[in-house]
Amino acid sequence: MSKERIKISEDLYDIMPSDYQDLVKSATYGKEDRGWKDIGNSKELIEQHSLCAGCPESMAFRYILASLPNPEDTVMVGSTGCTSLVFPMVAVHNIHSLFGNQNAIASGLKRALSVRFPDRVKDVVVLAGDGATVDIGLDMTLQAWFRQEKFTTICFDNELYANTGGQESGLMQKGFVAKMAPVGKLFDKVRLPEIARESGCHYVVNCTVSKPSLVEKVIRNAVHVAREIGPTYLQLYTPCILEIGKNSMEGLQEMRDSEKPTERFAYKEYISEPAKQLLAEMTAKEKERKAAAKQLAGQA
Amino acid sequence: MAETKSVIGTQNKKGQTFTDPWKMLHDAPRTPSFFTGSEVIKEAVRRASCDVMIAYPITPQSEAAALIGELFAEGYIGDYFRGESEFAVMSQCAGAAFGGARVFTTTAGPGTMRAMENFPMWAGARLPIQMIVTCRGINSPLSIQPDTLEIAYLLNTGMLVWHAETAQDFFDWILKGYMVSEEPDVHLPLALCCDGFFVTHTKDVVNLTPTDMCLPPYDPYRSPVPCMDMECPPVRMMRDPFVMKSNYISYATHASWQQEIWAAVERSRKHSIHWLNGLIDTENTDQEILIVASGTAVSQGREAIRLLEDEGVRCGLVKVKTLRPWPEEEIREATKNAKHIFVPEFNVTGWLAKEIRATIPNPHRVHAGPHVCGGMTMPPEIIVQEIKTALGMKSFSLAGRGS
Repeated sequence: MSKERIKISEDLYDIMPSDYQDLVKSATYGKEDRGWKDIGNSKELIEQHSLCAGCPESMAFRYILASLPNPEDTVMVGSTGCTSLVFPMVAVHNIHSLFGNQNAIASGLKRALSVRFPDRVKDVVVLAGDGATVDIGLDMTLQAWFRQEKFTTICFDNELYANTGGQESGLMQKGFVAKMAPVGKLFDKVRLPEIARESGCHYVVNCTVSKPSLVEKVIRNAVHVAREIGPTYLQLYTPCILEIGKNSMEGLQEMRDSEKPTERFAYKEYISEPAKQLLAEMTAKEKERKAAAKQLAGQA
Repeated sequence: MAETKSVIGTQNKKGQTFTDPWKMLHDAPRTPSFFTGSEVIKEAVRRASCDVMIAYPITPQSEAAALIGELFAEGYIGDYFRGESEFAVMSQCAGAAFGGARVFTTTAGPGTMRAMENFPMWAGARLPIQMIVTCRGINSPLSIQPDTLEIAYLLNTGMLVWHAETAQDFFDWILKGYMVSEEPDVHLPLALCCDGFFVTHTKDVVNLTPTDMCLPPYDPYRSPVPCMDMECPPVRMMRDPFVMKSNYISYATHASWQQEIWAAVERSRKHSIHWLNGLIDTENTDQEILIVASGTAVSQGREAIRLLEDEGVRCGLVKVKTLRPWPEEEIREATKNAKHIFVPEFNVTGWLAKEIRATIPNPHRVHAGPHVCGGMTMPPEIIVQEIKTALGMKSFSLAGRGS
């Protein structure tokens, strides 16, 4: 879809909700350098949501949607969980299917879009919680990577099953006492970023969402590498403040505490050689574009 | 509104001509070919203009899935790959259908059960995926033999469910199936079932349409729900999430949607009648004794009728072609003269007999059986024996006969 398609028939304009009118008038579709700084200035692809006050996942959602390089041709795939409470309010096509099958859905979707639109870019982005990604859906997550499916997988890691009330998950820390882990979790946090690297992902990042610029960068990198080269994986810490006993104002600090160099969300990045080359080329082109724009502005 | 141009008469990249489906299936010359059921599936898919096929090995459907892989290698299918499990395969099929592709897959027995969560999701999402179910045993202890028990589980998924008797049915119904399931007022998945091995692994003469003719491509924008390809303006799907708890409107929305799926199954009735020339086939339904069956039990019933005729017993036959939509009125009409209705089945529970009992007046007329299960064949003689026993006629057991 081109941004020109996102318009309202004049005959129907009056009856469209103002929410939609705003979206058509002032969203960031087609804007080449869209990013998190557009939040609050442009109509966002997500505004209202039903997540808890102060939920870091809502921050992550906003940053991700503001950072998609090509939202007018991006389809997102979600899974059961708190994310499925938000997806209905996201203004790109999004699919909720079953619990844990998001990477299988995305595999079929990406291939269908490639068959139907061989000469156009259609990005697919998966966004699911740690239960869907690492527990029930792990087989389908890994096999999509083995097959080198060209889409990005984002895991909102809140280290438990939040939507059902805080049960043990594979990404939970060892020793954490939770529902269904009454004496503390008995095994280590599953090392999915390392597994992702070994499974064929070309760009892997493990971080929190405390820094919007960083989220913007990794989202763009992940989508571009997936589009051109192969699967990419982002594991983003979005703590469930409710279930770990924090107040609504403490989510940001929780993430900052967890991203210290010795902590489990210290920034980790893996880039394959082909991905490095692609990102270097993109950076060079971006520099050229900015220099040309600057020169043009100087002439004017 | 953009002008739409018909593709009928134009060629695809393989040089096949997109042909009006009715003309292709009714007017085009047919070539008799001696093929297994699996090979027939391949030949039907060759002519079906499929975009995506996803495969997984499970006996007895493996050969069909592999043969369709050959079609992909030859360039007849847009994409083809092996999924990691049946649950994943059906999810991958869903993703491809969400993206606007015409999708085909096959499964069997335990694979059908492993994938089961997907089927009501397919129906609920209005995805017109076609799935061949080559039935086999599903329960423990392990069996790879034919048994139609799995059909019972598919009946209430919201999918269309058809039950083919022969490889010829298979060839025609795969192509006709897309015509019915892709209608905008239907737009539901189709489980096209057959009795594994009996159909898939035996050779039969099948009349095939020309290889240079194929169905017109699927148009995803005839779907009653948005195609997930960002080609139509995105909207926020709902003001409030569907799954918000303690919210009466979410219950009401879900309830009305479930009813809409079943209304769509009902709306498929007129299209199925058109393409299949009726939901049932009948022979001599003026007789007081009837055999009502689906799948290969129909063939066995036909043979039993011939044996009974030798003994002076006249018997009619009803072949049930579609299980969903269920041919309620047709079965009532066809059985109105019958005093005895026999329902032979290749499963232990007798799901078809239960459906018929729930459909007709005076259901005590229904004799549920004979049943064979676990993969056993159904010699026509046991149908004869069942009928003669019920009628109070003297009969010898097969064992007693020494055969």
